Amino acid sequence: MIVLLAQFEAPSALDTFIAKLIDGLALGAIYALLALGFVIIFKATQVLNFAHGAIAAAGAYLVAYTATILNIPGRWFPDLYIGLQWTISVIIGTLAAAVVGMVIERLFIRPMIGQPLFSIAIITIGLDIVIRTIVDDYLGLGANLGVGSPWELLSTSNISGIIIPHSYVWTIGVAVVVVAAMAWFFRTRLGVAMRATAFDQEAAMAQGISAARIFAISWAIGAALAAIGGVFASVTPRGFGVNSGTAFTAFRAFPAIIIGGLDSIVGAVVGGFIVGLAEIMAGHYLAQWTQSLGVGFTGVVPYLLMLLVLLVRPYGLFGTEEIRRV
Amino acid sequence: MRGRPLLYASYEAEQRILPTTTQRVAMGILFVILILLPFKFVPGLQFLGSAGWMRILDEALIILIGALGLNILTGLAGQVSLGHAFFMGIGAYTTAVLGGESTEALWGLGLPMWISIPAAGIVAAVLGIIVAPTAVRVRGLYLAIVTLGLVFIGQHIFRNWNQVTGVPELGREVAPFELALWSTDGPKIDFSMDGDWFGIFLEREGKAFLFLLVVVTLFVLLAKNLARTRIGRSFAAIRDRDIAAEVMGVGEVRAKTQAFAISSFYAGVAGGLLGMFLGGVQPEAWNLFLSVEFVAIVLIGGAGTVAGTVLGTVFVVTLPRIVENFTAVLAEQIATDGLFAPLANLIVTQGPGDFGFLSLAAQGPGLSVFQANNVLYGLLIAAFLIFEPLGLFGIWIRIRNYWKGWPFTY
Repeated sequence: MIVLLAQFEAPSALDTFIAKLIDGLALGAIYALLALGFVIIFKATQVLNFAHGAIAAAGAYLVAYTATILNIPGRWFPDLYIGLQWTISVIIGTLAAAVVGMVIERLFIRPMIGQPLFSIAIITIGLDIVIRTIVDDYLGLGANLGVGSPWELLSTSNISGIIIPHSYVWTIGVAVVVVAAMAWFFRTRLGVAMRATAFDQEAAMAQGISAARIFAISWAIGAALAAIGGVFASVTPRGFGVNSGTAFTAFRAFPAIIIGGLDSIVGAVVGGFIVGLAEIMAGHYLAQWTQSLGVGFTGVVPYLLMLLVLLVRPYGLFGTEEIRRV
Repeated sequence: MRGRPLLYASYEAEQRILPTTTQRVAMGILFVILILLPFKFVPGLQFLGSAGWMRILDEALIILIGALGLNILTGLAGQVSLGHAFFMGIGAYTTAVLGGESTEALWGLGLPMWISIPAAGIVAAVLGIIVAPTAVRVRGLYLAIVTLGLVFIGQHIFRNWNQVTGVPELGREVAPFELALWSTDGPKIDFSMDGDWFGIFLEREGKAFLFLLVVVTLFVLLAKNLARTRIGRSFAAIRDRDIAAEVMGVGEVRAKTQAFAISSFYAGVAGGLLGMFLGGVQPEAWNLFLSVEFVAIVLIGGAGTVAGTVLGTVFVVTLPRIVENFTAVLAEQIATDGLFAPLANLIVTQGPGDFGFLSLAAQGPGLSVFQANNVLYGLLIAAFLIFEPLGLFGIWIRIRNYWKGWPFTY
């Protein structure tokens, strides 16, 4: 009886804090993935991609479709370990999203090189509407499509009273691996070419780098990262499958990008984690003031944080300051 | 000077709002046609006088006021803002509080329209001035995202301040759409009921159209005039090269603050009128996509020009209706096995397995008419900016130059 009571004891303040910390880091990891893809596209092509959320939703849908409806590769290799099956599905879906990104770049962004940046940004808003509507149509009205969860994503661990959903740990883990992979990528030949193009297109082209190819690759990488972010944003208990709200997760990644600085890779990751932590912590520790702050206050926290940071540092924490010469 | 439209003999001639006789005559004819539209007097355009089309044109006129405001901010002063919907919402709720009925759960003062609508503009302008310091510090694309944040913060406030914005999801009634001297019991012009004007029967949409036409004409003239005042020229100077403008004594902070204030005033008035016209508003209405619609109008029309803004508004607001008509034609062609039935069959899906992507039923596979509207809207925005970055106004300039130089190509 005493043992039972001990189990139902309210978690201590520290335990709650640690649980919320992991929750916040996991959400931050999703934002970091979305922000990273966004910044890579922005750095390479100077395009502010408002369609990023829609691409994330489309990518998550493609993964969910591959994993649960088409059942690839499970339909051919039913004996394969289910976690590996799912990993392959995610990779296939992500690659499909990368192709979508490349197609968008080729059809809509390439013809606009040299045009005002804001015209291109509005084009991506048009694309956002198109992609989101099509994804919604495939999903059906108000429906959820589960992405599948074979890495024991659904279960939780209880470590000395702290309940940790496995999906959070996996989200953080995958984000760390992806960020590390990107850091490595920027040191490869192609990555250096990409950085050179971002720094100065003409000089890069004079060195024999194909700027067009770099543009396509950066959109592919951006879309792929968005897809991974979208998948983990849809995994239970964060989201309950891909639905019409998945695309809006990425809109909360915008403050992350601005806090970090639009053109900073490091900033995107740091900003993502800051925003994720702030959102979760505010949701927990300011809950008692819901009466005065209003329902859904957590959704606004990233934007308020963004305004605060911009008042102090107009180019974000890591962004390059624009040097203005007369 | 006839026949030499670009030759100006005096500064006044160059600064005129309508410099040539041709333009004055064309504008006069257009204005007369617009006035006669709701009376269904214009041959060939009677269908525009129907209640359905009048409603769309009413909305276009209201949206035009907002778009003119954004054009001042984005086109003239060069500050990109995605926060226009927020200021429109402020305007709508100011109108609701000042002009609406007071109930247990809602605030309302029941003031007449000639107080509540200007007040809506002023409150929005004050908020614009409050926001401006942040906007002055950040530039370009950063500003776009900051103003995007404004929309989300605004929606949060609208959703939670229930005394002002009404029941969540349902919203509130704004104010009666009528022009009264003081109280609604006295003499008044009611825009929410059908009735006779000058002995001719007018639907309520037609009455609203005539009223809005007067308001819009006022705002168009103000916007046109602004560009040639000291303030308007300081906006253009800031847009073109802010440092050079400051060297010449144009204050950057001052100009940007003024631009935000004026643009927000327009948005506030538009929001108030839209709320009155629609009757009720929901907090969800003032979302990012309303802002996007405004930016699309300004860019599709051609940034910086009032004529372009008008063209852009007509294009963007009537587009969904045109798509709807298109799908209706498709359905009719299939039903009657008309000339274009094979084409229609290719586009419309009867079930899984054919190439069609459009579904005329509300449910089931394929895009519904509403979704097709959305897709086409998005694609048209993208296609437009790809093929004609200068917008509708650019097309107009090209056509005009073609005829000006005819039969030569330059």
